[in-house]
Amino acid sequence: MISEESVAAAVEAALAAIGAVTDTATFRAARSEHAGEASALARLNGQLRSLPNDQKAAAGKLVGQARARVNQAFAAKEADVVALENAAQLAAEAIDVTALPVRKRLGARHPLSLLQEKIGEIFVGMGWEVAEGPELENEWFNFDALNFDPDHPARAMQDTFFVDPVSSHLLLRTHTSPVQIRSLLSRDLPVYVIAPGRTYRTDELDATHTPVFSQVEGIAVDKGLTMAHLRGTLEFFARKMFGDEAKIRLRPNYFPFTEPSAEMDVWQPNAKGGARWVEWGGCGMVNPNVLLSAGIDPDVYSGFAFGIGIERTLQFRNNLNDMRDMVEGDIRFSQQFGMVV
Amino acid sequence: MRIPLSWLAEFVDVPAGTSIDDVHAALVSVGLEEEGSHRFDIDGPVVVGEVLEFGEEPQSNGKTIRWCSVRVAPPGTSAADGGADVRGIVCGAHNFFVGDKVVVTLPGAVLPGDFAIAARKTYGHISDGMIASARELGLGDEHDGILRLATLGLDPEVGTDALGLLGLTDAAVEVNVTPDRGYAFSIRGIAREYAHATGAKFRDPALALPTIEPAEGVHVSIDDQAPIRGKVGATVFVTRVVRGVDPTVPTPAWMVSRLKLAGIRSISVVVDITNYVMLELGQPLHGYDLDLLQGGIVVRRAAAGETLKTLDGQVRKLDPEDLLITDDSGAIGLAGVMGGLKTEISDDTTNVLIEAANFDPVSIARTARRHKLPSEASKRFERGVDPQVAVAAAARAVQLLEELAGGTADGSGSGLHQHDSLAPIFLPDQYISRLVGVDYTDDEITSSLIEIGATIEYASDGLLVSPPSWRPDLTHKSTLAEEVARIVGYSRIPSVLPTAPPGRGFTREQQLRRLAAETLAASGSTEVLAYPFLSASSNATFGSPDETVAPAVRLANPLDAEVPLLRTTLLPGLIDVARRNLSRGLTDLAVFEIGAVFLPAEGTDYGVVDVPLGATLPSSEILDALNSSIPPQPWHLGLLFLGDAIEKQPGQPAVPFGVADALDAVRLLATALDVPVSVRQGSHKALHPGRTAEVVVPVGVGADVVSVGYVGELLPALAADLDLPRVVAVAELDLSALIDLAARSVQATPLAGYPAATQDVSLVVAEAVAAGDVLDALTAGAGELLESIRLVDDYRGAGIAEGSKSLTFALRFRADDRTLTAAEASEARIAGAAEAGRRFGATIRE
Repeated sequence: MISEESVAAAVEAALAAIGAVTDTATFRAARSEHAGEASALARLNGQLRSLPNDQKAAAGKLVGQARARVNQAFAAKEADVVALENAAQLAAEAIDVTALPVRKRLGARHPLSLLQEKIGEIFVGMGWEVAEGPELENEWFNFDALNFDPDHPARAMQDTFFVDPVSSHLLLRTHTSPVQIRSLLSRDLPVYVIAPGRTYRTDELDATHTPVFSQVEGIAVDKGLTMAHLRGTLEFFARKMFGDEAKIRLRPNYFPFTEPSAEMDVWQPNAKGGARWVEWGGCGMVNPNVLLSAGIDPDVYSGFAFGIGIERTLQFRNNLNDMRDMVEGDIRFSQQFGMVV
Repeated sequence: MRIPLSWLAEFVDVPAGTSIDDVHAALVSVGLEEEGSHRFDIDGPVVVGEVLEFGEEPQSNGKTIRWCSVRVAPPGTSAADGGADVRGIVCGAHNFFVGDKVVVTLPGAVLPGDFAIAARKTYGHISDGMIASARELGLGDEHDGILRLATLGLDPEVGTDALGLLGLTDAAVEVNVTPDRGYAFSIRGIAREYAHATGAKFRDPALALPTIEPAEGVHVSIDDQAPIRGKVGATVFVTRVVRGVDPTVPTPAWMVSRLKLAGIRSISVVVDITNYVMLELGQPLHGYDLDLLQGGIVVRRAAAGETLKTLDGQVRKLDPEDLLITDDSGAIGLAGVMGGLKTEISDDTTNVLIEAANFDPVSIARTARRHKLPSEASKRFERGVDPQVAVAAAARAVQLLEELAGGTADGSGSGLHQHDSLAPIFLPDQYISRLVGVDYTDDEITSSLIEIGATIEYASDGLLVSPPSWRPDLTHKSTLAEEVARIVGYSRIPSVLPTAPPGRGFTREQQLRRLAAETLAASGSTEVLAYPFLSASSNATFGSPDETVAPAVRLANPLDAEVPLLRTTLLPGLIDVARRNLSRGLTDLAVFEIGAVFLPAEGTDYGVVDVPLGATLPSSEILDALNSSIPPQPWHLGLLFLGDAIEKQPGQPAVPFGVADALDAVRLLATALDVPVSVRQGSHKALHPGRTAEVVVPVGVGADVVSVGYVGELLPALAADLDLPRVVAVAELDLSALIDLAARSVQATPLAGYPAATQDVSLVVAEAVAAGDVLDALTAGAGELLESIRLVDDYRGAGIAEGSKSLTFALRFRADDRTLTAAEASEARIAGAAEAGRRFGATIRE
């Protein structure tokens, strides 16, 4: 019988069932029981047809409002249940982000390579180019063309690895200077190049020596170049390498391939243990005999050249004490540097 | 070169209070680099004592000690340490007598090696000081007993400060003398440089000595039949006779201590004097026992087969290039390098002939190298000795032999001079200022050149500069520029940045090499740099893929005779690196190296017979010969993987490295460099026969490919021999070739927007057929509609005949002008399968 009491009872039962819903399953059961085709309200709705016409409107309104109220409550509950269940799933999927597996590892470049590339960039930025040459050289390129007389003590002091038989006049280059000659021979003047690369001397490996090491040399040959241009270039280079406070000091020295020659010290504002002068390399004005070896008239052109040891630069720039770490291939060494030096 | 400061101060004013650092700073500013400093490292109360009495006391250890009473201060005065004038001292030596004057180190003294002297109980006595030996004082190696001052010819007052007496308060600076500055291997030369640096007055010791030419007493002739490079072997040969020398008199303490500080051990008075004069003036001297000389002296080249017993007792087989000092008996000295034993001065010598000669630097350098006899003399001759100082040096030696060894010069000797003076150099106006970039005044230039000893004549538009006799290195106007620049000071040189013309940046090869390194590092590999030396066995194993042995360059003087070859492959270096890392507990490795390898061609003779001279542009034929005299040295790239790619972690099982990782790295590189590499089954004698891939790149239009390297796992037996884990994946590529084959620029195609049709196909083939070959066949057969193809499964087992496998490929088809129908895609798929069927008998598995 449709009555206010019976309708209210059905609504009350439905709302109670909704209140007891905890998840999708109980929600579906409750909806089927209280809003489905066999529910009390559905049955009451079915009875409307058999009511006398004058009662139909009032009863229909009573049942219709009750059904609407119940359906609305179910809809609201459904959103709650979905939200609840989504939250529960996310909670269940939580992981310890501090314990996620590492699946990819970053490798590392060797700092000696990185440093040579960095120096290349500094000079390329000034319009210079990077030249290369063979490590196994002919004596002429390594010595004679560079004004090393075959009998001069400077040649014996180079501690050279010779190729067997010695009469073949082949050797492992003792410096990257052969690239200077090769550049002068193969390029049009003016020439502004640096030559990074591996070099060899017969020193046993210890904390400060290695028989295989690397250098970067630079040579500029043009009209009107002076030692002032040499100093200017070195100071620019030093500031890029060691910071804006870096300075260059030149001291007289001797190299067969330069005249005048100088030893260069660099002021290291950030050196470990306080700012100080550090010996950095050799330099000077290209010896006229070197220009003549490349067929260049020294009365028309002049040039300057300089060379630094990469290992040594890395040592004092990055506070490394033992040269052996650079050459032994212990991966921890390169990994300290990663991809930048 | 070591310079005792007291000696330096004899020839140049060194202000009181000048420290070793001050001297170094001055010398560095003119080009003499600091090498170190030397002291006797002895301090405190060290005095002259007199042995008053002693008793001998045998000890249980078999030794007999002397319990001495030693007077260390005049009677009634307190000693230098404030203690009593007579001390009890225990002494283990037995070479002294009552009444001997000795050196006593009193409590408070510190001896070399931080040996502090204190009164201490020993052998049942309180020993209140120590009687010192020459070695304990740092004066020499003698340790046969204590130093008896009488042996040095000294009889000082008791209590005298022994440090001052023996010259032990002196100190020396050590500087590096560059090979162009022979004259700086002398106190004379260094004093001159110190004067340049400080402006102090230089007193040339050579000018202070008598320059008398001796009367002809010894006949000397130079008979060089084979001058080297056109230079006669000897150009100066001065000799002086000194008679009545007593070679057994002690060398005075001041000389011993100066020699010691200069790094030369005292031997005997005559030898010490020749060394002393050499250090002082830079002129090597030689002393002969005059009475053992037979006839006159002839300087000549050695004859074939001739031998000489040198002072060190060695019999030297002489080379026809060796320059000899000879008398009627034959060779008596290797000129400028080492004297002969026959005419050596001994304790029985009474008459001495002093030789001060000048020899050709090249001749001496070659002889010293040939006989491996670098000596103090040869070092100086090689770098050039002042030819004008020989007379003064001989006079100085005579003077010292007379003063210290009881000799008398009889005025005879010889004086042979055939030395040319150094050629004058024309110095054009403005040349130095233009080269150095400093506006020097005329006065700065001339006064600098005069200061270094040059003489100057004024010429129109320049100067004619004659270098001083001790500067054979001044041969060109640029050398004069350095002299002016360093005398005025390098600090005057300003800083000007030159403007280079626009450059072309890094070359393509440089950029791609770097890209390769960065790609590998970013994908997890660590770059290493191994030494490029190789053992013969490593080369045999790794140098070539097949059974041949790769030709390799051999070093004449390797550091390690076991590894005399230059690498032909990067793999042994990477294996060394792997072994080192493993030994340090680093067990998961992905490492790579990019570096040059040295690949001489089989049967090619590299090298040249003659090397052209410098300072001249060789002809283009000679340059070509020089360029082709060296073997090819391409860049290679090597990779090595071992251990785990991914370590075991929560929710993540360990993933070990394998050949797939090496291959992946190669593919990654190929993609980065834009080279169309593919792999095929390969074989390499160092690699697992079933797990080796050859990396190839197609060239030209046909099916030609060029091999650029190998990928594989090390042969397990080889890995075991090398103490490596069983699976070590490696790869080696010819990076130079790869870069050469890389695309110059990408030819892009427009992207089609029509939908793709994807289909799978499973093909049954014999197990031996490589999946890659099947893939190639499918690709070829499917035609242009095929956009991509990927192997997704390799199935063997139920449903597939024994010896066969089913390979499943995912195919994606697309047309660029229409939407493909399923029928069109199927048709292409079947065409692909048909091609695989034609090539390998593949059948479609339905």
